[in-house]
Amino acid sequence: MAWFKRKDKGILTPTEAKKEVPDGLWFKTPAGKIIHTRELKENCYVVPDDNYHVRIGSKEYFEILFDKNEFKELDADLESADPLSFVDSKPYPQRIQASQKKVGLKDAVRTAHGKVHGQDLVVGCMDFSFIGGSMGSVVGEKIARAINYSLEHKIPFLMISKSGGARMMEAGYSLMQMAKTSARLALLSEAGIPYISLLTDPTTGGVTASFAMLGDFNIAEPDALIGFAGPRVIRETIGKDLPKGFQSSEFVLEHGFLDFIVDRRNLKSKIALLLKVLS
Amino acid sequence: MLLEFEKPIADLEEKLKDMKELAQESNVDVSDAVKSLENRIKQLKEDTFQNLTRWQRVQLSRHADRPYALDYIYSITDEFVELHGDRNFGDDKAMVGGFGLVGKESFMFIGQQKGRNTKQRQMRNFGMANPEGYRKALRLMKLAEKFKKPIVVLIDTPGAFPGMEAEERGQGEAIARNIRDMFMLKVPVICIIIGEGASGGALGVAIGDRVLMLENTWYSVISPESCSSILWHSWDFKEQAAEALKLTAQDMLQFKLVDGIIEEPLGGAHTDPEAIYQSVKKEILSQLKELQKLSPEERVDQRIEKFSSMGVYTG
Repeated sequence: MAWFKRKDKGILTPTEAKKEVPDGLWFKTPAGKIIHTRELKENCYVVPDDNYHVRIGSKEYFEILFDKNEFKELDADLESADPLSFVDSKPYPQRIQASQKKVGLKDAVRTAHGKVHGQDLVVGCMDFSFIGGSMGSVVGEKIARAINYSLEHKIPFLMISKSGGARMMEAGYSLMQMAKTSARLALLSEAGIPYISLLTDPTTGGVTASFAMLGDFNIAEPDALIGFAGPRVIRETIGKDLPKGFQSSEFVLEHGFLDFIVDRRNLKSKIALLLKVLS
Repeated sequence: MLLEFEKPIADLEEKLKDMKELAQESNVDVSDAVKSLENRIKQLKEDTFQNLTRWQRVQLSRHADRPYALDYIYSITDEFVELHGDRNFGDDKAMVGGFGLVGKESFMFIGQQKGRNTKQRQMRNFGMANPEGYRKALRLMKLAEKFKKPIVVLIDTPGAFPGMEAEERGQGEAIARNIRDMFMLKVPVICIIIGEGASGGALGVAIGDRVLMLENTWYSVISPESCSSILWHSWDFKEQAAEALKLTAQDMLQFKLVDGIIEEPLGGAHTDPEAIYQSVKKEILSQLKELQKLSPEERVDQRIEKFSSMGVYTG
């Protein structure tokens, strides 16, 4: 005899209806510790024991940064086209659709205007879950437009980079997004509007070789992989293993390419401080 | 050194040579046979070079006999003063530069330089610049700006060097800064892809009022080999990768990602270097004339606008 009798049959709750991360979801840290996802969220997705920064996306960064999680999203409707009719193991449009369905995003960057401790800020944030955060026309165009928005409204710009680099399926177009974004940053710089670049794990390739390294302030999360060439390529070039910590945030700071490293739990206050000292 | 598709032509040319020699020795009239063979050669050349696959163009862009940056510079200029060093770390031999006189016009020439033999290739690091190379290029470009001299950049690289020291010295930062600062240069900037235009390594010196490609060159975000290795998980799909990337001069012009193509002699630039030097020289001078009609501000605005319009998306 059952202790509880199920009266309604076939109860199904669609995923979208589950507003909160349900109890009983646990996260296993790389160190092997199991912690509650709610605890993780309350800690800005940083593992309390070892300060491991869990990879998160634009949704989480906006939540962490913007006051009351209020913001106006910019150019939310841009989507990739397929200018080259690119096919490898599957056609590029199918790859885009599959990614959109899987991660619920239109492409690998979101841009928004909101307030950080009361100060206006335009934020662009990459989503690594969307084809490795790769930069195609949509990513380049959205970042360029966000910078334009900053220019027009004289609001500082923050770019959160998290990308494997260029999107091969857009080949030449992808390459030129490095130029497009850098051109806008040249104008922003000339206008004297602050640009903060936050590099997170991982930031490599064409993103490192364009907007990510062009901040008035280049800052990074701890222990992020930051580099131009990926570790595998370098290993193949030099034919030996790379030293521990090579291309980590700390390594890049030591070599003079970062202003400081910021723990994600202090990110909002540090950004607000930078804005304050410049205002 | 011959490419696979050059061999049939070379064989016929060899035959023609033999025939002519034989005729001279034996005093036999073979003029009809010579003529017909010459026609066959011409026909074969046209058939081969007017129907090149994308991969074949990549092969031509890397041809061992192809002219390199300094070959162009010394042939185009009446006088040339090479300048060295980034004033910070060192002198990168994969990136060369200096002032050169073409007639009465003085230019800053910058080039990515490959080597022709083992020793040179090593010295030039196979045309792969380190951060100090990009910084040297930017230093020279700003020098040109200071003295109001136009800039010509000759691009030919398999990529920025992916080594440990390059990372330590900020390869990404060096390229990023070049891209941004080139947009603001007040003097005319003409960029010409003379061989390989690989990704950020090329783009780091390729922000020009005019970006031109020689007929048998490639310019893309990744080499066909690396693309094959990443997307097909094998090095064997480079032909397919080249097709998929649409990386030739003809493709890039069609996409409006470059501004023009400089025709090469039939058979490729290496078969008649003098001819290609003259074409490049002529193009530089005529492009400069056009660009000089604009004010520095107009050039900067148009440069930014041109690159800003690159991209395809919906919504």
